[in-house]
Amino acid sequence: MRRVVITGMGTISALGRDVSQFAASVCQGRSGIGPIESADCSGLRFKNGAEVRAYCHQPYFEDRHADFLDRFAQFAVIAAREAVAGAAVEWTPELRESAAIITGSCVGGQSTEDIGFHEVYKLGHNRVHPLTIPKTMANAGASHISMEFGITGPSFTISTACSSAAHAIGQAFWMIRSGVTDLAITGGSEAPFSFGILKAWEAMRVVSPDTCRPFSRDRRGMILGEGAAMFVLEPLEAARARGAPVHAEVVGFGMSADAGHITQPSSEGAARAMRAALKDACLAPEQIGYINAHGTATPANDISETAAIHGVFGRHTARMPVSSTKSMHGHALGAAAALECLAAVLALRDGLLPPTANFTEYDPDCDLDVIPNCARRAEIEYALSNSFAFGGLNAVLALRKI
Amino acid sequence: MPEELTERILRVIATSKRIPLEQVTITSEFQQLNIDSMDAVEILFALENEFDINIPDEEVREVRTVRQMVDGVAKLVAAKSAARPVNSADAAASQ
Repeated sequence: MRRVVITGMGTISALGRDVSQFAASVCQGRSGIGPIESADCSGLRFKNGAEVRAYCHQPYFEDRHADFLDRFAQFAVIAAREAVAGAAVEWTPELRESAAIITGSCVGGQSTEDIGFHEVYKLGHNRVHPLTIPKTMANAGASHISMEFGITGPSFTISTACSSAAHAIGQAFWMIRSGVTDLAITGGSEAPFSFGILKAWEAMRVVSPDTCRPFSRDRRGMILGEGAAMFVLEPLEAARARGAPVHAEVVGFGMSADAGHITQPSSEGAARAMRAALKDACLAPEQIGYINAHGTATPANDISETAAIHGVFGRHTARMPVSSTKSMHGHALGAAAALECLAAVLALRDGLLPPTANFTEYDPDCDLDVIPNCARRAEIEYALSNSFAFGGLNAVLALRKI
Repeated sequence: MPEELTERILRVIATSKRIPLEQVTITSEFQQLNIDSMDAVEILFALENEFDINIPDEEVREVRTVRQMVDGVAKLVAAKSAARPVNSADAAASQ
């Protein structure tokens, strides 16, 4: 089996418009959470989100090009461009024909759909815009990335709610490891700030009225986020042969289903996904030096995830820092796992573990070393990135410093 | 507590959870009725519709029994009807 490395990374989120801005925000523990500006929140019980502030399709897309892309697909392409440029991919006709694109998204272009349905249901108009379908489909991000780079290989989108991007990255990793493809662009993108979507989240009663405080005793729920992170994955040998930058190695991927409840998490399901990732990477629990937690800051998730970590790591838990960067970039749903994988890669590469921001008070039910508020210098070799979706579909990535 | 209000709440809980009305009493605890967090959120939604009220998240965090739910709804319904005469006076004045 081939070793798989990350040679390119790109992102756009509340923490900035590229990887260096993201890294700077994360290591300063600076949260991107603030009052939601891109949707009207006057009729909502919550007001805050982690948005890409003052986002405009320019200078990224010409007006006519942007007409075809919902905000979530624009984010996907913006992040993919940075990742491909950073990897300095040397395109050949053969590579374009075999390269894969695997993206994750939860709600896709539902913001576009929301506008169209408002036209017919509320305004009583007789028609919706003809691009409603192609802008709404969750695979639009992958499709536009393929057109952007002329990639004609296997391309598809995975939608597993909050685990989408982890399932996507894991799939891309396995496809390269097994020799199905020699290059993959993979990650996730999301843009859920539309009134109808926000009302649906309000009805779930899981969104915090102020901010996101994972693992803190006074946590009051999640904060929605948006954005994208994309990676270029390649075999280690190919990356070395052409002198490409190597940010980290992907060494394992594990999945599981809770088969329990549609929204309540199961610590056993989460634990099985972590064990599967360790097994896939041939790692012992004691080798893991950091976990980027799912850490949504809902009362249920954080307790369940803490129990799962104790179950898998036992006494090693006390020596293993665990943080949730959702405290800074919010919960970007189908993009969340990609942003968190990026945070974990940066932690390995730069030797600086990201903090859990907004942390105020220790919770005995979440007895983990959560790196409260301040990033921590630590040279670690292996990290996990946890994602546990609504619907009980779990995905965990294992990463190695290179 | 007006009996009619309690009866309506019991009916909303039974309908939402799809259990016989006889099973739901003022002394029932959610755990006895097998009401989990998602069931509770659905019941709140149904109560908001039934009484045309908004139930804030803070009001429901510690609610674990039918009686607590009835008390909370009664308070919100009372607050709504206290506000109503003022509104209708305003409406009359503006006509």
